[in-house]
Amino acid sequence: MKEKEYRYAAAARTGLLFLKGVPGVAFGDRVSIRDRHGRKRNGQVILSSEELVMVQVLEGTDDLNLDDTWVRFLDQPFELALSPDLLGRVFNGIGEPRDERPPIISRLRRNVNGEPVNPVARAYPREFIQTGISAIDGLNSLVRGQKLPIFSGSGLPHNRLVAQIVRQSRLLGEESRFVVVFAAMGLSYADARFFREDFENNGVLGNVAMFINLADDPPIERLILPRTALTAAEYLAFDLDLHVLVVLTDMTYYAEALREVATAKGDVPTRKGYPGYLYSDMAEIYERAGRVHKRHGSITMVPVVSMPSDDITHPIPDLTGYITEGQIVLSRELNNQNLYPPVNIPPSLSRLMKDGIGKDDTREDHPRVASQLYAAYARALEVRNLASIIGRDELPDLDRRYLDFADQFEQRFLAQGPDEDRSVIQTLNIAWELLSLLPGEVLSRVSETDLARYHDWEGGK
Amino acid sequence: MKSGRIIEVNGPLVQARLPGIANGEQLRVGELGLTGEVIGLDGERALIQVYESTEMLRPGEEVVPLGHPLSAELGPGLLGGIFDGVQRPLRAIMESAGEHIPRGLALPALDRKKHWDFIPEASLRAGQEIRGGMVLGRVQETEAVEHRILVPPGIKGELMELAGAGRYTLEQTIARVRTPLKGIQGLSLLQRWPVRQPRPYARRDDGIAPLLTGQRILDTFFPLLKGGKGAIPGPFGAGKTMLQQQIARWTNADIVIYVGCGERGNELVDILESFPELTDPYSGRSLMERTLLVANTSNMPVVAREASIYLGVTLAEYYRDQGHDVVMLADSTSRWAEALREVAGRLGQMPVEEGYPAYLASRLAAFYERAGRVDTLGGDSGSVTLIGAVSPPGGDFSEPVTNHTKDIIQTFWALSKSLADARHYPSVSWTESFSDAVEAAARWWSREISPAWQARRAQALDLLARAEELSRIINLVGVEALSPAQRWSVEAASLVREALLQQSALDEVDSYCSPQKQFALLDLAMSLYQRGGELIDNQVPVSALLQLPALARLRRAKNSYGNEQLDALARLKEDMQDQLDKLARDYREGRS
Repeated sequence: MKEKEYRYAAAARTGLLFLKGVPGVAFGDRVSIRDRHGRKRNGQVILSSEELVMVQVLEGTDDLNLDDTWVRFLDQPFELALSPDLLGRVFNGIGEPRDERPPIISRLRRNVNGEPVNPVARAYPREFIQTGISAIDGLNSLVRGQKLPIFSGSGLPHNRLVAQIVRQSRLLGEESRFVVVFAAMGLSYADARFFREDFENNGVLGNVAMFINLADDPPIERLILPRTALTAAEYLAFDLDLHVLVVLTDMTYYAEALREVATAKGDVPTRKGYPGYLYSDMAEIYERAGRVHKRHGSITMVPVVSMPSDDITHPIPDLTGYITEGQIVLSRELNNQNLYPPVNIPPSLSRLMKDGIGKDDTREDHPRVASQLYAAYARALEVRNLASIIGRDELPDLDRRYLDFADQFEQRFLAQGPDEDRSVIQTLNIAWELLSLLPGEVLSRVSETDLARYHDWEGGK
Repeated sequence: MKSGRIIEVNGPLVQARLPGIANGEQLRVGELGLTGEVIGLDGERALIQVYESTEMLRPGEEVVPLGHPLSAELGPGLLGGIFDGVQRPLRAIMESAGEHIPRGLALPALDRKKHWDFIPEASLRAGQEIRGGMVLGRVQETEAVEHRILVPPGIKGELMELAGAGRYTLEQTIARVRTPLKGIQGLSLLQRWPVRQPRPYARRDDGIAPLLTGQRILDTFFPLLKGGKGAIPGPFGAGKTMLQQQIARWTNADIVIYVGCGERGNELVDILESFPELTDPYSGRSLMERTLLVANTSNMPVVAREASIYLGVTLAEYYRDQGHDVVMLADSTSRWAEALREVAGRLGQMPVEEGYPAYLASRLAAFYERAGRVDTLGGDSGSVTLIGAVSPPGGDFSEPVTNHTKDIIQTFWALSKSLADARHYPSVSWTESFSDAVEAAARWWSREISPAWQARRAQALDLLARAEELSRIINLVGVEALSPAQRWSVEAASLVREALLQQSALDEVDSYCSPQKQFALLDLAMSLYQRGGELIDNQVPVSALLQLPALARLRRAKNSYGNEQLDALARLKEDMQDQLDKLARDYREGRS
């Protein structure tokens, strides 16, 4: 069937091309389309029956006519050619070069959809990654093989934060740094340049494979792009034994492309018009992070999810939160106070933190200090609310200390420079300086031994 | 049944021309031999849901009916195992195919080569009449669990022969029975049961004993009975998985079946890696010996998710029928409902609420109805307790799955985002949760632990509710506006929250709390509150009470004293009484 070209499509609308009377076409088959100007487009079969074949056209169906559009079924799924030369290169969503260099030639090609990892084959992630950022290392630690998204909003500095994580991430006691797979969906030209320059200035460009779909590129290509990028990441991690950091930005644009196609196909819409399979579809992407037994490499994933209207209950961040192993939430309020990184601590969470910190990984007191900081800051925020109603002077003495604690916590612990790389020990020491603003009796989450060793309470000096 | 040809492939839904096929029948689909199930008929067309990815499947390929519905393999070797949603053995798959799950791989769920030590039931004699559910013999499946080999339901006849004690594989005949309808049938250690059909029992009964989990907020405040139905709804990050794992670890059931339905792969790995190392507090054996996992993680094909819930509950019923108390945890029923919705959508069925089909509520109810305490066909008593996690979108409990589940279950453990954000774990809300099982549980607590349980529990909940109201006042006008008695209520409630409700899963001492210790802590806190209230009526200031050393000790008592140190808690109560008495004296005598 490879040789045959079909024309006279039955219909072409909203990114879908319909052909009648093409027998035996495989579901998921890759399609090559030539339009009347001789330009090539790519497509994928998303329904195949005896009567009708539905093709999703990655570049869209604009400017196609029915009679002079030639369709070839390639009888193979979308595949990516794999070789170590992926690093240092820039590709589009289906792995074609975007950097005016020749395509990757390799006999090793893999289906971009991958195969689900057997849960039994997974190794539980438990190696602490030091990002040098206190809000993450101290309170929401990242471990190797984790998927930890950044929930952000328009105008918030998620790009700066991601770039800082990419620059500073390392494993304690190991020299090897991460290689990076950078997957951009619907990124603006300016943002793409920011990342490129940041990688270049830090001399890591040769360790980055970039898969780019810009804001003005066809949106349907965004559906296949993260799968292509993750196929590269899996190769780097599990064939070449590298530790890979995957940045996916922005998953919201991915989900919007999915909604666009789902609507065109006539799928039943659920919340906010997204199809019911949004969860499973995103899970196919996110769950490709992780570690595998007997393989040295790992895939750690930092997706960026911008919350439409800063709404964390919007389906995209909501379903993401159900799949990923925690989330770092950025706060507009802190950002408006010029605080960087503006991490909103109460809703932020790292589910895998418990196994990556403590005695053998960071420091013995770390789990309890983190829990205590959280509890104290939560209490302090309540007090701050109260103070805004009845005034600071009306508060009992202890509550005033909590107010000071909240201010100091934000100014000294959270805030740091975009190039400031703090060791986790520094982070924990700052934490104890802050906890020393509060009397030992109220610090019930830390142990007596911790208090004796680290707590420097001088009774409200 | 003749094979047919594929007409259409639409994602996981395939249509084939298969005249005469029955709904529910299993099939091998396409050249790869993917597993599928008929879910609808339209003339000669069969609608088939395929449990594996259908990529590169094409019209014209062959579909072969297997002649039976989706069935579970039942027999020794299930415990300690991990299976996918259609019971493929994931460990064996890894050994034969590596770290990925290849398509079309058909491996039997249970190991056919392994020999088991079978001991026949001593009272059975050849010539005796036997019926479905009767015990033929026993196999020590793990050190912790005895597996009773039952006559499969539906079989009735004269026992012709029963094998002697010895080592048998799953498929070797251990008994022969002459049945009136089907002639002589051989029975082995292995049997099958269609997963969508509940297994029969003799009689169904109300629960009488609480299912203990070692978690204070659950056992003491919102109990669930053995044979009951419970739900854990919660937004992401509220700690659903952690709480379910705590229940799986510390529950006093004989068997735990954990169904990971559309959730994270790493969570199952966590169980697989940690459970073998943990000790069951009741049997003293490794926890993995009584645990069985069904894993259909979120990246595995959606349709098998729908089947995984039924597989899990069938396995649970099988152990129930042997006279065991079984708990099945389903994480998460929302993902199961979404799989229903996805298939319904592709079938073009009319969506009613948020895209869910109209039969969502009845399917949910039918699933939860498979819980219960029963008299088995063999004359034993066993139970299946079902606990379903619910993942409401946006944390909105009014969405269809949470809402319908709430109508069906008896115990509702509502997780709260705001408690989780303040790192109050378990984040079970004491205002939104409920339990219909308090009366029944109280009979047990009164008999086994203390007659004061029910009153103490009610006092504590009352105090928490009062404090909730008072905190609204504080938020408006500040704490100074409260009377001393009100302030004491607020302080006591915060003590209850810290000393009782919060319980760290990561703390070695506090992760599991015995019922005796639960009551001791509850009693301590409530007697302090009562006695303290009397002192305040006698003009003792709240601040003096807050400075009592016993109060600080009570705050830390949960981690300071293990389950076996009840005497230390009794001493703490005495010390506390002494300190309160002294305080009362001091103030009466005006010496303060």
